This record gives sequence, C-alpha cells and structure tokens, in this order.
Amino acid sequence: MTPSPELFAVAVLLFVGIAAYALFGGADFGGGIWDLLAGGDKRGAAPREAIEISVTPVWEGNHVWSIFVLVILWTAFPPAFAAIMTALFVPIALALLGIFCRGIGFAFRQEAQRLHMQRLNGALFAISSLMAPFFLGTVIGAVATAAVPAAPTGEILGAWTSTTALVTGGLFVTTCAYIGAIYLVVDSERRGDPAMARYFSHRALAAGVVTGVLAAVNLLLMQTSAPYVYSRLVGPALPLLVVSVVAGIAALVLVALRRSPHILRITASLAVAAVVAGWGWAQYPWLLPESMTLQQGAAPSASLWAELAVTGLAVLLVFPAFAWLYWLQQHGHLRHSETSETLRLATADGGEPPAVPASPAPVHREHNKVVATVLIATVATEFVRQLLQRRRRG
Amino acid sequence: MTSYALVLADGDIPARSQMGASLGFHIIFACFGVAFPAVVLIAHWLGLRRGDAVALVLARRWSKVMAVIFAVGAVSGTVLSYELGLLWPGLMGRFGAAFGIPFSIEGIFFFVEAIFTAIYLYGWRGLSPWVHWWSGMPMVVAGLFGALSVVAANSWMNQPSGFVLTDGRITSVDPWAVIFNRATPYEVPHMILAAYMVTGFLVAGVYAVGMLRGRWDRYHRLGFLIPFSVGAIAAPIQVVVGDIAARMVAQHQPAKFAAMELVDRTGTHVTEWLGGIYWNGQVYFGVGIPSLDSILVGFSPNTRVIGWEDFPPELRAPLPNLIHLSFTGMVAIGTLLVVLGAWQGWVWWFHRRVPRTRWFLVPAALAGIGAVLAMELGWIVTEVGRQPWTVYGVLLTRDAVTPASGVPITLAVTIVIYLVLTAVCIVVPWEMGRRWRGAGDPRLVEDQATPYGPPAEHEEEVRS
Repeated sequence: MTPSPELFAVAVLLFVGIAAYALFGGADFGGGIWDLLAGGDKRGAAPREAIEISVTPVWEGNHVWSIFVLVILWTAFPPAFAAIMTALFVPIALALLGIFCRGIGFAFRQEAQRLHMQRLNGALFAISSLMAPFFLGTVIGAVATAAVPAAPTGEILGAWTSTTALVTGGLFVTTCAYIGAIYLVVDSERRGDPAMARYFSHRALAAGVVTGVLAAVNLLLMQTSAPYVYSRLVGPALPLLVVSVVAGIAALVLVALRRSPHILRITASLAVAAVVAGWGWAQYPWLLPESMTLQQGAAPSASLWAELAVTGLAVLLVFPAFAWLYWLQQHGHLRHSETSETLRLATADGGEPPAVPASPAPVHREHNKVVATVLIATVATEFVRQLLQRRRRG
Repeated sequence: MTSYALVLADGDIPARSQMGASLGFHIIFACFGVAFPAVVLIAHWLGLRRGDAVALVLARRWSKVMAVIFAVGAVSGTVLSYELGLLWPGLMGRFGAAFGIPFSIEGIFFFVEAIFTAIYLYGWRGLSPWVHWWSGMPMVVAGLFGALSVVAANSWMNQPSGFVLTDGRITSVDPWAVIFNRATPYEVPHMILAAYMVTGFLVAGVYAVGMLRGRWDRYHRLGFLIPFSVGAIAAPIQVVVGDIAARMVAQHQPAKFAAMELVDRTGTHVTEWLGGIYWNGQVYFGVGIPSLDSILVGFSPNTRVIGWEDFPPELRAPLPNLIHLSFTGMVAIGTLLVVLGAWQGWVWWFHRRVPRTRWFLVPAALAGIGAVLAMELGWIVTEVGRQPWTVYGVLLTRDAVTPASGVPITLAVTIVIYLVLTAVCIVVPWEMGRRWRGAGDPRLVEDQATPYGPPAEHEEEVRS
C-alpha cells in the first residue's frame, strides 16, 4: 500500500524543512563554531567580525526553520512526534538548551559593551553552537538506527548513546562547520575581503575533509546498526548519495581553487541537501524505522491538507519577504547604524560627527529592483499555487 | 510530608510548573512582539509626518529595544514549542493533528515578523523613509495574526471542536472549526488588547520614571504620551471584552466560572464576592454584593449560576481561592488602569499636557508592572481554571504528561533560563538608555535623529 499523495507531499515538506534548517540554521551554527575556534581577542577579531556581519541580520529568520519542522512533525505525524519526544527527552532537552544559549549569547553580544561581557557571550554562543547540532544529530542517528519504539514508556538512554548516533552527532557538527565556512567564503568574496575569504576557505577545506571521513565511518557503522536504512542507502537512495559525494568533492575543489563563489555555494548546499534527501528516501516507507510507517504515524487527511495549505500560504507570504531580506542584505542596504559610542568618539575628537549619507538618488533605482523582485516572487508563488490546486482537483 | 514531596516530584506538578513558568515569562515577551511594532510605527509616523526629530529618535531607539525583546521572545517561543512535545507527548501524540494546525499558521506569521523586524531594524539608513515605514507595517499585521493563531490554540484547549475521536485517536479534522472554536472570539481580542496594554504602559512607565526625576523635556513627554495613549485606549475596550469573556466562560466552562466567583452551590441571586477566601462553605475577608453575580451573568437576579458542587470532586477546578483572587486582582488592576488613562485623557483634553503631580506619575510609572500582573493573573484564571483537564472535557492532564523522568531537572534549568532571559530584557535596554542619556551632544542626538535628515528647526527642541 502506497501512501496517499498528500501524505507523501507532507513527508517531502518535512524533509525540505530539515534540509533548509541544515543549510541556513546549520550555517549559523557553523559561524558559531568558527567563532569559537577563531583564537584570542586580537587574532580572532577579524574573522569574528566577518561572522557577525554575515549572520546577524538573518539568524532569526533562519532559526524559524526548526520550528517549521517541529510543527509539521507534530501536526502531520503526531504519534511519531510523541514517541521521539519521549524516547529522546534527554538529547532534545540538551539541544534545546543549546539553541537557547545561542540565541541569548547572540542577542546580548550585540549590545554588550565591555570586553569581558562580550567574551562571556561569545563563549555562550560558540559552545551552544556545538551543542545544538551535536544533540540534534544524535536524535537523527537514534531514529535512523531504529532505536525509537512506537510507544516508548520513558526516555531511553541507549537510543542516542549508540556509537552510530554519537558519530552522527559529530557529523552534524562538522557539516555545520563546513557549510558555515563555505558561506563565509562566499560572503567575504562578495564584500571584497580576500584575506577573510582565504582564511575561511582553508577552514572549509579542513571541515569538508573531516565531514567526508566521518560520513564514511557512519556509513560503515550503519551497515550493522541500521541495516534497513543502509540497504536502501546503497540501493534505491544511492543516486542521491552519489550526488552528495560528487557535489561535496566539487565544492572542495572550487574552494581549493577559489573560483566562482556562486557555484561554490550551490554545490556545497547541494551536497548537504542531497544527504538529507538520501536519508529520507532510505527510511521510506518508515517514519520510525521498523516500528512506525508513514501511514501508521499520519494524521487524518484534513490535517495534512491543512499543512499543505499553510505551506502554500508560507510560500505566498514568507518567500517574497525572505527574498527581499536577502536581496537587501546582499546589496548592503542592511547594516548596523553607528552606535552612539562611535559618534561620541567622533565628537570628542573635535571633528564633525560622521555625515549622514543623504543619498535619495540611488534609492529610486532600487525601488524598481524591489518591485521587480516582488513581482517575480509573486508570479513564481502563483505558479506553485496553481500546481497545487490542479493536483487537488485532479 | 514526604509523600507530599513525592507527589510534587512525581505527578504532573513539575511539568505543569515548568509549562506555567515558561508561558508566564514568554507571554510578556510575546506582548511586545504583538504590540511594540505598532507603538514604534506611531512614533515613526509622527516623526515623518511632522518632520519631528524627537519622535524619530524615539522610534529609532525603540526599534533597537524591540529587536532585543523580539530575539529573546523568539528564543523563548522556541523553548516553548519544544516543551509542548517534551512535557505533553500525550497531548501532542493524540491531538497534534488538530491542535497543531493553529501553531503551523502561527509559524508563518512569526516567520514574517522575524523577517520584517530584521528589515526594519537594519533599514534605517539604507531604505527611503516611507518605504522603511511601510517595511514595519507587516510586523504589526503579523503580530495580530500570530496572536490570533496561538490564542486560538489555547482557546481550542478550553473549547475543543472540529475533530472526530474514534478509539482515542483523531480520525477526522475540520481545520476551520479547530481555529474558530467557541472560545476564540473572546480569548483572542482579550489577549491582543492585553498585549497593547502591557506594552503601552510598560514603555510609558520608563519615561514616567524619567519625569519623576525631573526630566521634563519633549523627549520624555513624547516618549510617555505615545505608548501611554495606546494603553489608555486599549484599557476601556478591554473592560468590555473581559466582561463578555466572563459571561461566555460562565456558559461554556461552569466549573471554571464557579471557582472564579466562589460559587459552591448552584442557585439564583448569587452573591458577587470582591476578594475573599473560601473556607468550609464560608467566604472570609470578602466584600459580598448580593445578587450581583447573577445580574452580571444573565442581567437579572433570577439567573441561575452553577456551583462547583454540581461536579464530582475530581473534576472540579483545583484551588478555587487562587483562581478567585487572581480573577478579582485582574479586574481591580484593569479598573485602576482605566481610571489612570481617563485622568491623562482629561488633562490632555483641557490642558494638552501630562499631569505633573506625583499622584499621577507614580501610578503611571507602576502601570506597566500592574498591566503585566493583571495579564499573568488572567492566565492563571484561564489555565488553572481549566484543570484537571488539558483539553477541556476530553483529555485529563495526568494522561497528557510525559513519562520521562528528567522533568524536575529541566524545570530547574528552565526557571534559570527564564530568569536570564528576563535579566537580558531589562539590563540590555537599561544599558542602552544609559548610553543614550550619556549622548548629550546635541549634534550627536541630532545626527542619531536624522536617518533621513529631518528639517533643522527641530534641533533646539531636542536640546530642550
């Protein structure tokens, strides 16, 4: 029995959400990891600044992907959600603590004036950037190794402390570091900062190699610990795995040669997204391998349709907004206005306060660009909506 | 005593405390997410429309505070959504198919608000003035719709509808009926108005303190008047909405209403108790107004009000005294806030100024704390009053709670976490305020005030 089209569509959405969280949220975690490894106050100042510029305006938006995944899981697959939350209470609580500290460290650091406060917050941000991906990784590892029963009666320590789950946690950390470094390379290139681009490309290379090794180790481990997922990974899901490996290697080559940042970003993202898709396809048709299939865990059809409708609404509302945010950020329209601290320094020196860049002229041109972006986004979303409607009618 | 401690550590009490603590904190941040953008945009609009540099300074500074609180609210909201699953797998596993729908919708609006908050905050210099103002508008709309979705989820717990239960599992769902359940029409406006009151009065309180310390410049007057007006307009509407809500609760959830009004036996001509503690069939220390409760419920002393003795003991709301005192407290504070708003309205109408007496300023400085307190008391009434049910009439709390054993630990961690969050929300704006006050150089203030360069004649206004 194959699952109904709406069920399949929602399952796909779930994995799209996971992939998006890995790509966007993961990159932010990666920024935190490189922040941790940036060294002392002096040596680490430049990379830390680069990380901050790249991550600050978008981190809240990126982080909402995790809520998207959570919400789809609990509405569309409530019993699976309950089982995961109960069996993996400990790692999820710890990941949550990580997500929490990360947000706080970040919000606070923006405003912290004194150096020791900045250090404390930086440490908070960095350590939690390790915690969140690691424990989320163990959760995925536990699910893949069929360690979550359909009706657990309490938390299960063994579920997430198996070797495979722990290695998956490590893999998540290095993946975040890898994707984060790649994005930072691209951002540094765009800002015209070759020194930082070189700095992060070395790190992207290292993280990429480590990620590849860990992924290979994980695959070997899964041969015995997750036989079902393994058999499908080297079976029907093999093309996705190959895509991921090829894209990953291509990205590493591009980093090493320091060529074409746009293709670099796409190949690296493809490598990560293909792994997520491969994992999903390898689990199919199980939601929790060997204990709950997609159908057994699914909500009634109306809830699934509601999730699809919500996603349609999200496409209509969120994507144009997101497009605008990214466009503004990439074109340098979003920046921290000077703090009063720098202004005061300027006046204390007896000089004039920094002049306000009063330039209405270029704004007009950008007006058109904004309108064009919104138009294109609207047409695209309308297209998707039509497709969905046709499917419903059909 | 030990057995009592065991119950405390073992039953649903730690999970309920954790959820209560998380919600109690989060709701304050959420209020700012819902209502602060409107306050900021009012100041921003005044600034642009009248070329008012002071209003622009206020809007700009508030937007920074808003961003900090939004960031904290985002984190605490994430903590909450995980907690829903961690603590209440029984609720999510069985009812997620219905209960999850409003949350999914909320996700969209939260997304939208996050995106536009970023654009608005970082757009002060890069965007043209009115494009920038309009880029803030989606925050206001998303705040309203977000509040609608989340409160709809809560009102669904109070008045579940829109699903068919077969053998304990949901087999069919009507998403519209889930979102627009019987409690949505009164819970949602009640909460949105509360958000505007909390934000308005809290922000105004900061400037009231400034005026108490003798800072009577235009910056402080405007900083007080804009948010205070928002709160003062919301307050009387809130009284009307709250009155309707209470009558609906009397109709839909008689057990909760009985606890709210300390009605033990069903009857007509029921006494309305202001304050008071119920003990063995008697109300002590309360002011009783004969027949008023019946009149409030059905506009006639002959209205029958259901008492809690009609329900078996295990299905009565626990701690009726807590619920009743919370309810009375909320109503009392709300009334005081209306009076305070009317005072300012009177003085503004005739004299176009802020009352200078301490008799006004001290309560005005405390009004925000009062509004927060009233809102928390209101949530105690709603949520404790719903017990012993998690989903009213359908799912008992003891069946919804997690069997995992780590809850007392996560409870402790959660409380620490929220104390930290609260500290952030107070200390960061405080530090910002200190820096802003230090920025005495008018050129500097003016420079800060002019992201798009307002007319120069307002410069001396800033200095005054």
